[in-house]
Amino acid sequence: MTAPYARSDEPELVQLLTPEGERREHPDYAFDLDDDAIKGFYHDLVMTRRIDTEAFMLQRQGELGIWASLLGQEAAQIGSGRALRKQDYVFPTYREHGVAWCRGVDPLALIGLFRGVDHGNWDPAEFGFHLYTIVIGAQTLHATGYAMGVQRDGLVGTNDAERDTAVVAYLGDGATSQGDVNEAFIFSTVFNAPVVFFIQNNQWAISEPIEKQSRIPLYRRASGFGFPGVRVDGNDVLATYAVTKAALQQARDGGGPVLVEAFTYRMGAHTTNDDPTRYRLTDELEHWKLKDPLARVKAYLVRNGLADEAFFEQVEADADTLAEHLRSSTRAMPDPDPAKIFDLVYQEQTPELVEQKEWFVKYHASFAAQAEVH
Amino acid sequence: MPQFVLSKAINAALRRAMEDDPKVLVMGEDVGKLGGVFRVTDGLQKDFGEDRVIDTPLAESGIIGTAVGLALRGYRPVCEIQFDGFVYPAYDQIVSQVAKMNFRSRGRLKMPIVIRIPFGGGIGAVEHHSESPEGYFTHTAGLKVVAVSNPEDAYWMLQQAIASDDPVIYFEPKRRYYEKAEIDTSATQAPFPLHASRVVREGTDVTLLCYGPMVKTCLEAAAAAEEEGRSLEVIDLRTLSPLDLGPVYESVRRTGRAITVHEAPMTLGLGAELAARITEQCFFSLEAPVLRVGGFDTPYPAAKLEEDYLPDLDRVLDAVDRTLAF
Repeated sequence: MTAPYARSDEPELVQLLTPEGERREHPDYAFDLDDDAIKGFYHDLVMTRRIDTEAFMLQRQGELGIWASLLGQEAAQIGSGRALRKQDYVFPTYREHGVAWCRGVDPLALIGLFRGVDHGNWDPAEFGFHLYTIVIGAQTLHATGYAMGVQRDGLVGTNDAERDTAVVAYLGDGATSQGDVNEAFIFSTVFNAPVVFFIQNNQWAISEPIEKQSRIPLYRRASGFGFPGVRVDGNDVLATYAVTKAALQQARDGGGPVLVEAFTYRMGAHTTNDDPTRYRLTDELEHWKLKDPLARVKAYLVRNGLADEAFFEQVEADADTLAEHLRSSTRAMPDPDPAKIFDLVYQEQTPELVEQKEWFVKYHASFAAQAEVH
Repeated sequence: MPQFVLSKAINAALRRAMEDDPKVLVMGEDVGKLGGVFRVTDGLQKDFGEDRVIDTPLAESGIIGTAVGLALRGYRPVCEIQFDGFVYPAYDQIVSQVAKMNFRSRGRLKMPIVIRIPFGGGIGAVEHHSESPEGYFTHTAGLKVVAVSNPEDAYWMLQQAIASDDPVIYFEPKRRYYEKAEIDTSATQAPFPLHASRVVREGTDVTLLCYGPMVKTCLEAAAAAEEEGRSLEVIDLRTLSPLDLGPVYESVRRTGRAITVHEAPMTLGLGAELAARITEQCFFSLEAPVLRVGGFDTPYPAAKLEEDYLPDLDRVLDAVDRTLAF
């Protein structure tokens, strides 16, 4: 039997922008940017959704092996991603396409990973954005260790905004069941590491509902480990920004870890490989469609006369241009050189791999030689 | 030259590495005030502080997973796993993260992590304290694996492992922790490369291939065999991944006979790999099939039975008899 679980709209949910596009005040969290910034967020949200839509279609056309869609989670990612400073460091899962966008990572690098040409061809140090981690929850420990390094580097609590550094680990609701995540909570709190655990509770771990992961709201887990947790409306880009910004500042100031639970919903499948109609009801989807993270920002901008039709047309045009770029560049992406698999297994090459590579290169070339003869 | 027991040689190596490079950290359970359950890290926290000698929560995956993050931040963590049988909770972090980060990132993200594991039996411990898990790690691309057999190697190979930009699993033969030898600690450079096997006793009739705790056993077997007029060559492999097989092939081509000796279970153990390689490379020099002496394919038995389980001098000499009978 499944335990009861409060599914949504609990009083503790921090919300600053309603699904209808109305601003709300919260006693602890305020959105401190101007309306131009909100227009910028809207641009980010639309671009991110378009990256997702295009990649999904490329997968359906056989151009990608698989794709993990972020549809519905754009606000959680853009809000938290835009709250980061340049020196902060992000440890993503495999679904943080919106955070990657905020960090300046080329979407084609994400697509390349899902196409299977490499395991993520971007420089994590350049963007402050680690490679995608596929094993659920493993990255939360990496984030904690990295934060312990930041601490040892003396980059916490100096009151220098250019120096003080926070680390963010993204994870999903399913990941909270993993041992590694619980170990990360323990290490981060006993060492007071400057790390923010940003859970996107999208309600589903592939086909398993949140009831299979927890009997309490996830943000309350933190208190058992001895650090604060907060639940935010994950479909509200203003609230996710404000809450994450506060959490990051606490970490940077030396206040230790914070858990942010962004309460959101995965509108699509877990990946292009599964079929959500087998495990969830249409009613639920319809309920969450009314909370769409893009629609409410648009409603706010329109309702208050902050953006005209030309603005929205321009955003769409930008998205169209990006989409066309992604389509043509993906199709033009060359297959990697197979001999590369023997390189960079280690920093210092081994005789064994040198030998295997030499054999393989000759073997491979023999087919080309045969083809010339015939 | 000063004398060191093996455990103190490791301690001296850690101390030297930490003095030379402020990025070197020691982390694990009880490594601070207690100095580790085998006292290998004795006194280091007192001298280097709690930020560099880190008593961690009791969580092996956490130790290795946070070491990954520290390495990404430019540190060089040396992790202590308290006993061989406790490494399994950290197995996923080691094989899926530590081992693959360099490859996954096309060399952008280095993993200069050393994972020290006291391994093997012979100390009369309870369950999970006497295992030989080296096969799991040598099977994993991206990890380098070494096993030390004597204080001098323990001292130098640990420093070399810490200096390496690749992750190194460093196996310590716990039943040899109190073996004593002289070490020239004034030397500025290690006498041998990290990834090199060594002939530790020359012989002409049979080649014994061993590492870690079995090196001493094989040397004793060679001494006993000499009294019977048999000349055994003993090779200490030292590096288990990558294997350094040049000296092995050279030796086997000379002797025509090889026996592998390890404590780990036989099936798919390192001996199987060595036998296959030797067969491929030295087939026409062989006078007999490569024989294996190892632990049995059973869980490690209760302490009162480990003398029966572990290869000893007699089991090695029995294999010598068998190979010479061909």
